[in-house]
Amino acid sequence: MFLINENDVIGLPLLGGKAPEFEAVTTQGTLRLSDFIGSWLVIFSHPADFTPVCTTEFIAFSEIYNELKKRNTELLGLSVDSVSSHIAWIRNIEEKMGVKIPFPIIADLNKEVSKKFGMIHSAQSKTETVRCVFIIDPESKIRTMLYYPLTTGRNMKEILRIIDALQTTDKHKVATPANWNPGDSVVVPPPGTTEQAEERIKEKYDCKDWYLCFKNL
Amino acid sequence: MIVVPCVSPDGKPTKSGLTTLSALKSGASTPEVISEITGQPLFKIRSGLRELINAGFVKQVDEKHQLTPEGSKLIP
Repeated sequence: MFLINENDVIGLPLLGGKAPEFEAVTTQGTLRLSDFIGSWLVIFSHPADFTPVCTTEFIAFSEIYNELKKRNTELLGLSVDSVSSHIAWIRNIEEKMGVKIPFPIIADLNKEVSKKFGMIHSAQSKTETVRCVFIIDPESKIRTMLYYPLTTGRNMKEILRIIDALQTTDKHKVATPANWNPGDSVVVPPPGTTEQAEERIKEKYDCKDWYLCFKNL
Repeated sequence: MIVVPCVSPDGKPTKSGLTTLSALKSGASTPEVISEITGQPLFKIRSGLRELINAGFVKQVDEKHQLTPEGSKLIP
C-alpha cells in the first residue's frame, strides 16, 4: 500500500500473491472472484463506456473469447460506470458493430474493486480506471499485471501469448525466452548446483553454455 | 450468449435459473456437475446458485445443493 494523499490509499496487488477477493455487481449478476476458482481469469479495466479506444478493445476481446475458452480462461471487464451504462454500451456495440459482448462487466461505481487492484492511477486520471490487465490462475494467484495508458489500446495477441506461456511453464516446469510463441523452444531452468550443471551437459538439450539450455516440447 | 442472473427482480427464477433448478431436479448437486450438464461456465453456476439460495429455491447442505419444496414446485 502507498499513500497518494491523506484520503487516497490505493492497494497494489503483487505478482504471485493472492488476488483480492471481491463481490461486485456485473452485467451477468453479482460475481465474486472466488466464483472463478478452477479457471484462469483475465480481469481488465477500461476508462469509460462509450469511448472510442475502449470500444475497439471490447470488440477485440470478444474476438479472442473463443480462444480464451480453449485455454480454460474467463474474461471479466470493469469500469466505474453503472450496469445500465454497460448494458446500453454493449447493446450499442451489437447494434452498430454487430459484435456481441459475451463476458461480464463489473459496474464498480464505488471503486471498491478498482482500488483493491490498483486500477486508478491519479497521475493519469483521478476518476477513471486506466487500462489494466490482470491474469489470474485457477488458484486465484496473480500471474501477470499489465498497465497501459488511456490512449493506447491493448494487444490481444500478447495477452493470449502470455496465457500460453504461463500454462506452458506450469505444465512443463520450463521458462519461455524472449519473443516466445507456442511451438518455439523453451528454456530449461538453470541448474542450482555444480553437480546439476555437469549432468546437464549430458542431456540432449540445445545448450549455448551450462546456464542457457533450450529444449523442444 | 449473455446469461441473465438466475432470479429476476420480482423474485421469480429466470430462464437460466430454471435451467439450474432442472439440473438439480435431475440429480446434479455440485456446481461442477451442473456446469457440465447445462454447458454454462462454472462461475455463472456458482453465482446463480447463491441467488437461488437467497430466493429460497435451493438449499445447501455441506457441499451439496438441493431443491427446497418451493424450488421443486417450479419444476414439473
